[in-house]
Amino acid sequence: MTLPAVPLLEAQNLERRFGAARALAGVSLSVFPGECHLITGPNGAGKTTLLRVLAGLARPSRGAVRVAGKPLAGQPLARRGIGLLSHQSQLYGELTPIENLEFAARLYGVPDPASTARAGLAAVGLSDRGDDPVRSLSRGMVQRVAIARAVLHRPSVLLLDEPFSGLDAQSSEQTLALLARERSAGRALVLVTHDPHDAWELATHTHLLVRGVWALGGPREASVDGFLRRCREALYA
Amino acid sequence: MLEFLRVALNVAWKDLRVEHRSKTALVSAIAFAALVLVIFNFARDAAAVSREMLAPSVLWITFSFSGVIALNRSFALERENAALDGLLLAPVSRSALFLGKYLANLAFVFTVEAVTLPLFVLFFGVDLSGVLAGIVLTAILATTGFVAVGTVFAAMTVRTRFAELMLPLLVLPFLLPPVIGAVQVTARLLSGRPVSEIAGWLRILAFYDLVFVTLCLLLFPALMDE
Repeated sequence: MTLPAVPLLEAQNLERRFGAARALAGVSLSVFPGECHLITGPNGAGKTTLLRVLAGLARPSRGAVRVAGKPLAGQPLARRGIGLLSHQSQLYGELTPIENLEFAARLYGVPDPASTARAGLAAVGLSDRGDDPVRSLSRGMVQRVAIARAVLHRPSVLLLDEPFSGLDAQSSEQTLALLARERSAGRALVLVTHDPHDAWELATHTHLLVRGVWALGGPREASVDGFLRRCREALYA
Repeated sequence: MLEFLRVALNVAWKDLRVEHRSKTALVSAIAFAALVLVIFNFARDAAAVSREMLAPSVLWITFSFSGVIALNRSFALERENAALDGLLLAPVSRSALFLGKYLANLAFVFTVEAVTLPLFVLFFGVDLSGVLAGIVLTAILATTGFVAVGTVFAAMTVRTRFAELMLPLLVLPFLLPPVIGAVQVTARLLSGRPVSEIAGWLRILAFYDLVFVTLCLLLFPALMDE
């Protein structure tokens, strides 16, 4: 008899209010190892709020988030399982990429922060810019360093908010390959994007979030065009 | 406990390294302190107010206001690129994050004060020989408390639209007790009063430090929740 697998990330009936406004209203999500859930939706649908709640950066007004079966709220160690790539890089412009990554590695208690930082930077193809201040890097390079920072501590869950934003075609391919490796390694990915084409091959499940509730959701279908057509139908119904 | 200190020192070292690279806030705070001293020096009516009467107040007004400038930068650097999110995501005690920011701010404000004190001597012609140790002790006691309060308020206001304006409005009322105490001690030291007259004020400053550093360590995690 096999035990049922525990989702790496589980959100139950999440609600998030800002005063009278409800940004999320009863959102549930279960993400298992090796799955990539692609979330799309119009501006103001609550996608970023959802990621912040899933990351533990924002407290839900109702509902709960569990990482590998453990509640996220009030549990600093549960945050070790989360990696977040947000709209902004979370990097210090005055420091170099290596210094930023070493600082993050020390925060997460990663053994040998210096070599972990160099390996992380190499994984995103930026070894030659490791000692330049982050403020001197291009938008695409900063995004790649931010990705390296998000995966540095080998989180079991990766939350990605527009990971391909600002990247050129080659960098997008590198990032896609890196995320595919992370997924193959058994990590759970939740990826928010305005353009599902970017990460269609990576996705195992797709969701459409509209005004804080799921309008669509389920295993990824064969064609991105079919999904987009159903999104349009749901949005304009 | 060791892990707590390791995290705090990591955060403090990062802050000091960022400031060492930019020097923006340090230069601004020192320039501001020098300007305040110059203005008070020239605005004083020598016939009406003696230097000795005015000096303690001027010293502590300068320390407080330049300290607030220094504190403003503490979380401003975390606002850039949403670096604060990166800190709050880490699987560490948020009190340790506070301690790290606090230690960096203390080092920063002490540096500003160390540069300001000779300028104060230069502009006001005050003789600190024999009382320098007392002035330094008073500065340490007064600064320890108000930097803790300022660090917490800087963290609270960083997400507001007018953080630079909000911080002085919130923190200055809390600066009153240490500033009053420090001015009283400094005035008595400069006029050669006996130690017995300042002991009570020093105890008040130490009590303020104990209460507010403890409160800030305990409150910071709750204040960081969105």
